[in-house]
Amino acid sequence: MEMLKKYAKPFFLSMFIGLLIKAVGSLVELFLPFILSMIIDELVPKNDINQVLVWGGVMVLCSLAAWGLNVYANRKASKVARDITENIRHDLFSKTMYLSCTKTDEVTIPSLESRLTSDTYNVHRMLGMIQRMGVRAPILTFGGIFMTFILEPTLALVFLAILPIITWVIYEKSTRGVPLFNMVQKANDRMVQVVRENIQGIRVIKALSKEKTEKNRYFDSNDKLRNQEKHANIKMAMINPSMTLLLNVGLTLVILVGAYRVNQGLSETGKIIAFMSYFTIISNALIAISNIFVMTSKGLASSNRIQEVLGIDEKSSKDIQYPEGNPEYDLEFRNVSFSYLKVKDNIKNISFKLRKGETLGILGATGSGKTTIMQLLLRFYEIDEGAIYIKGKDIRNIPKHELRSMFGIVMQNDFLFSDTIKENITFGRDIEDDDLGAAVVDAQASEFIYGLEEKLDHHLTSKGTNVSGGQRQRILLSRAFASHPEFMLLDDSSSALDYGTDAKLRKAIQDKYQDTTMVIIAQRISSIKSADQIIVLDQGEISAMGTHEELVSTSDIYASISDSQMGGALVD
Amino acid sequence: MTKKKTVLRIGKYLLAHKLPVAIALVLTLFSNYFALVGPQLSGLAIDAIGTNVGHVNFNIVIKYCIWMLCVYVASAILAYIVQRILINVSSGITFKMREEVFNHLLSLPISYFDRNQVGDIISRISYDIDTINSSLSSDIITVFTGIITVVGSAIMMIAISPTLCLIFVVTVPLIIIFTRYRTKKVKPLFSKRSRKLGELNGFVEEMLSGYKTIKAYGQEETIVSKFDTENLEAVDAYYEADYQGSVVGPSVTFINNLSLSFVSMFGALLYLFGSMTIGNISSFVLYSRKFSGPISETANILSDLQSAISAAERVFRLLDEPSELSDIINAHELVNVKGEVECKHVSFGYVEGKEILHDLNFYTEEGKMIAIVGPTGAGKTTIINLLMRFYDINAGEIKVDGYRSVDCTRESLRKQYAMVLQDTWLFSGTIFENVAYAKENATREEVIEVCKAAHVHDFIETLKDGYDTVLTDDGVNISKGQKQLLTIARAMLSESKMLILDEATSNVDSRTEMQIQEAMLKLCKGKTSFVIAHRLSTIKNADIILVLKQGNIIESGNHDELMMQHGFYAKLFNAQFES
Repeated sequence: MEMLKKYAKPFFLSMFIGLLIKAVGSLVELFLPFILSMIIDELVPKNDINQVLVWGGVMVLCSLAAWGLNVYANRKASKVARDITENIRHDLFSKTMYLSCTKTDEVTIPSLESRLTSDTYNVHRMLGMIQRMGVRAPILTFGGIFMTFILEPTLALVFLAILPIITWVIYEKSTRGVPLFNMVQKANDRMVQVVRENIQGIRVIKALSKEKTEKNRYFDSNDKLRNQEKHANIKMAMINPSMTLLLNVGLTLVILVGAYRVNQGLSETGKIIAFMSYFTIISNALIAISNIFVMTSKGLASSNRIQEVLGIDEKSSKDIQYPEGNPEYDLEFRNVSFSYLKVKDNIKNISFKLRKGETLGILGATGSGKTTIMQLLLRFYEIDEGAIYIKGKDIRNIPKHELRSMFGIVMQNDFLFSDTIKENITFGRDIEDDDLGAAVVDAQASEFIYGLEEKLDHHLTSKGTNVSGGQRQRILLSRAFASHPEFMLLDDSSSALDYGTDAKLRKAIQDKYQDTTMVIIAQRISSIKSADQIIVLDQGEISAMGTHEELVSTSDIYASISDSQMGGALVD
Repeated sequence: MTKKKTVLRIGKYLLAHKLPVAIALVLTLFSNYFALVGPQLSGLAIDAIGTNVGHVNFNIVIKYCIWMLCVYVASAILAYIVQRILINVSSGITFKMREEVFNHLLSLPISYFDRNQVGDIISRISYDIDTINSSLSSDIITVFTGIITVVGSAIMMIAISPTLCLIFVVTVPLIIIFTRYRTKKVKPLFSKRSRKLGELNGFVEEMLSGYKTIKAYGQEETIVSKFDTENLEAVDAYYEADYQGSVVGPSVTFINNLSLSFVSMFGALLYLFGSMTIGNISSFVLYSRKFSGPISETANILSDLQSAISAAERVFRLLDEPSELSDIINAHELVNVKGEVECKHVSFGYVEGKEILHDLNFYTEEGKMIAIVGPTGAGKTTIINLLMRFYDINAGEIKVDGYRSVDCTRESLRKQYAMVLQDTWLFSGTIFENVAYAKENATREEVIEVCKAAHVHDFIETLKDGYDTVLTDDGVNISKGQKQLLTIARAMLSESKMLILDEATSNVDSRTEMQIQEAMLKLCKGKTSFVIAHRLSTIKNADIILVLKQGNIIESGNHDELMMQHGFYAKLFNAQFES
């Protein structure tokens, strides 16, 4: 709510004018039945044809005015809703982009995604709806009631007697309905789950001839869904007929009571007719109000979810100057430990030192902490203990932006987006065409890229699904190479390359990037075999360290990975 | 499929409920008739009131009021009954459709699932059928009611005063213009709005999936400015649709108000000339409101119907997918096979004209281990698909215990194999149910026994509910390695003599990996096993290694024999140890 207020503030004036126009437009409409009753009760008995025509003309003018004013106000409202939504969305996305990884993990990506998409959409709808209906419906309701009182207070009491029942029906609709349909949704999720499981496990099901069991399982979930749907729909089916009935009973009562009043000379027939029109207006407005309730409860829930993200307050790293390390080394990890959830260390006591131009290879099973090392180095997460130095400087003393700009990076299953290959490689940076060309050649990507019809302008699909795994990796490597960085971090960047290409790539790196300090994380021993140092990670700890030759004889894990690679070679 | 055919086919489902549907239609007729009589009665009551003090004819007024109440109550009750009937009918139809789709899914050949995305199939069985459902339960009646109301009120109004009906010379064209404006101008804007929103969502999803890379390259700024463009397009499209759409509500009200104005003005004039009573005016006001209502609704319903028809098309297309071919007549029922398998001159391709396996030959005695190795795309998985008859071979024959697989029933053939695949499949149910899945009426003891053998018993015991722990969402509450052990336990429970095993690559820690390997070895014992092998130890121990390359078995034999041949296998094997 507060967030909405803040974003709406610059538009308050505009909104106010819009609402004012809307109010006038709605009020004008309320005069129509009033004029109707006047024509019948006052002008007709006088036989005043001219006056009838004049007031009829006034009615037409009122209708036109109501139309014009409402359309204008609606458009103004849409404009305000658009601008507010645009701002909220921009801020939310921007906030999301700059959110620290720790926070991102906390909120989770799918949740951020749904906040950016369906939640902002709900807010947008709510903003429009409230402006369009939020004034009109109450004005029509209360104005309508007010007019009926002016017209004929006693008859208005008839209406007031019915009003609580109608309110109750509407209340039922908006409160009962939502949980009922939530239950339907749950039953539907269950049904979908069974289908999903069956599609995914179709081979197993067919192999075990379990079709019958599965049909029964599905029947149960389908049957439950049917019953829930029926239950909810039948409950809701009461509402429309009962609303209509209440309205009509009200109309009948108005006629009945009206008859007595007219007989006593306290009222006139035209008023009864006008009353009926007010009745319709008010009941429609009440229905609109019930819809507003449903919409706003949804929209407010969404706006709270957005606010949660926008309100995340990340303490900026305190101005502690961390002590310097040894400038002799280009990159140094000194007793680094880290835990994502601060429960159990994901990596523990990691130390290594690299001089300029040296290469470190990291090997280990999935979950052993390889990728964590990379994430710490880039300060996606802050280490819990120890220190990391770049050229003798503690990385916590280097601004994140500056730190990261020193690196060329390829991550596991890295990110390619739907745009040209060129855009994917340059990735928003100023890269000279020559450098781009060289990077592509070094990454062994030139052959396939220039084999494409549109070459560098070839359009990739999202996640690069229209090129092969090996081609994806070569594009990613080009991206890392393009800025000719001082440091390179390659995580699983050549696993899909065939052995020949992989060998050529290694040679290119050796020749062209002699001064680049590298950390290579790999599954395949061949990718890191020639590294100056190799770390074998097991459950977050360094279980062995040395060169390939040393490790083959000293590390059991290294030897066994080496053994299991045979299959890998034949498979890939 | 043409639109007409689709509609006819939906009609067939309705026909199954022809009695309730017919009753509903008749009741709607009455319900609307009553609703239409109401204003007429109210007009008569108002006439009885008259315009003069002290001259109200109470007997008549009360009589008509009672009639009104009766008519309105009857109309409401009938409307409610109609709704209930229709809810019953439509939920019956959707239930049946969902069941038909599901049962048909299970009868489809595996190739269907390889060709189609899970999300797409699911959206047919849930979203599409829902769309048809809501259309069946509301649109039919709305259209029917609409027609009755329009025709009924038109008749009533003409009956009251043909002259006053002349005001529709003004309002009806307005309604028509307005409806056309809506379909022509507003609708495309609304579809543009959903499209742009979809694009924005796609962009967000894409960028968030790469947020670490974006950070790593310091490109947050660039991406945010790209987002702004997408955002602007989305909100603008929304605004444009709203801009044109915001005319809709006021216009409907305007048409109503305009007819109210005209009725008041000309009604009063007619009253003055004595050709109309005051009650007539009142009835006319009410009818004119009813009259324009359905017309403005039509545009809505038309687009609803359109989407229901295209949803139905998608559902029917799935239902029309050919099922797996039925077994040949008098097919052999395989029981207790020994496990001798022979593959003779087998060739196969998923798509016609694109052969994947060419002239495949091999033979194995019972109880041997056959390792299948080769690069990605060489056809390893295809061989498995053919052994299980998930796909039928194009030429040649596969024999099990001397019986040609095409001569056997699929069910009995598949039952002879146990299977452990790389993507472990567990369903939402207890651990016990998941393991016991492989054997009809498996006892608790049997399940515990295989879980012990698969080294997963100890882990299960650590869980709060032990074997009754419910696995949720494809088993996310247990690790990948443990999932694999569970599927191995499941395979152990089935007493088949042949085994198909897709060795997973290393995605678990080294301890679990060893357990898995050990469990797999146990599982293979005494069975003819086909292993898509990744581990050197498996390959080395295999009785036969089939080296596959581009759909051909280029070498076969055991490890030592293959090394002696100095061929492809030996080359690859040695390549590992060179730098």
